[in-house]
Amino acid sequence: MSFMDYFKPKGKNTASVAKERLQIIVAHERGKNGQPDYLPKLQQELLDVIRKYVQIDDDMLQVDVDRSDDCSVLEMNVTLPEAKA
Amino acid sequence: MAKIIVVTSGKGGVGKTTTSASISTGLARRGHKTVVIDFDVGLRNLDLIMNCERRVVYDFVNVIQGEATLGQALIKDKRIETLYILPASQTREKEAMTPEGVERVIEELSKTFDYIICDSPAGIEHGALMALYHADEAVVVTNPEVSSVRDSDRILGILQSKSKRAEKGLEPVREHLLLTRYNPDRVERGEMLSVEDVKDILSIPLLGVIPESQVVLNSSNQGLPVILETESDAGQAYDDAVARLVGEDRPFRFLTKEKKGIFSRMFKG
Repeated sequence: MSFMDYFKPKGKNTASVAKERLQIIVAHERGKNGQPDYLPKLQQELLDVIRKYVQIDDDMLQVDVDRSDDCSVLEMNVTLPEAKA
Repeated sequence: MAKIIVVTSGKGGVGKTTTSASISTGLARRGHKTVVIDFDVGLRNLDLIMNCERRVVYDFVNVIQGEATLGQALIKDKRIETLYILPASQTREKEAMTPEGVERVIEELSKTFDYIICDSPAGIEHGALMALYHADEAVVVTNPEVSSVRDSDRILGILQSKSKRAEKGLEPVREHLLLTRYNPDRVERGEMLSVEDVKDILSIPLLGVIPESQVVLNSSNQGLPVILETESDAGQAYDDAVARLVGEDRPFRFLTKEKKGIFSRMFKG
């Protein structure tokens, strides 16, 4: 750092903002890669069915397909709201 | 058997054609018989960058459609003995580039060439898929900028799922990162993603870093591949990248800001 730098206003480090944003979006998009096309619709319809009985938020249902060599597993996780006492 | 290398990126304007021109020129200069194919049907530009735009008679689509032979369509470079260019069609529909036709041409070229460089169009549509399908290796050209990095990641996903090697369950396409328009000065000031940042995100091996340079525009103005500007930093960085591509070990250069004299360091910073 040069002597004169001490008198300059500190610029914002936008590169680290860029890196952080990229890490998040890339991880998100990679997760979707190779997932079957019907997954988003399946997820929505499952939500609709569950909501007939229990009110849950969108992020309380997770649907994933795990592929191994000879079979695929459809994995579904539903978090139910805490039961009222 | 030729080695097939696709130069791709997803995003447009990051330097695919510039890179294709320099890599093919670099390989040919090392004595390898090399052909560079322009896959950008309708928007051909490799011919301009290679300075052979007035010598195009037949193109890639003519060969695919059986209207010309490869011998008629291939343009021999005037500077380097072992270098040939196969231009894209400027007038046809992209779909004229059929998968069977591309396969047949690549197979035929494979018999006589050491390297086939496929210059991909931008995007992830037909032309880009045709360009990457046969690849043994991929040079993913990326700018240190958010949209380019994201698109590079996308194209990596496509290489891993839609290439011939992926479809046939062969050994995966060997991926290389080529970072272009790198500005060490801005990286140092925290205004630009660093080499390490981009490597962290894409997690593929680094082939080269080409510094942002005036020389690139100057050389494209004249139809001179940047690698032939041997005095320039960008030209030397391309030469390093080609050396690494053929397995040489070269240290990375031009990653830090140029050192300034004591006077300018005090008052400019």
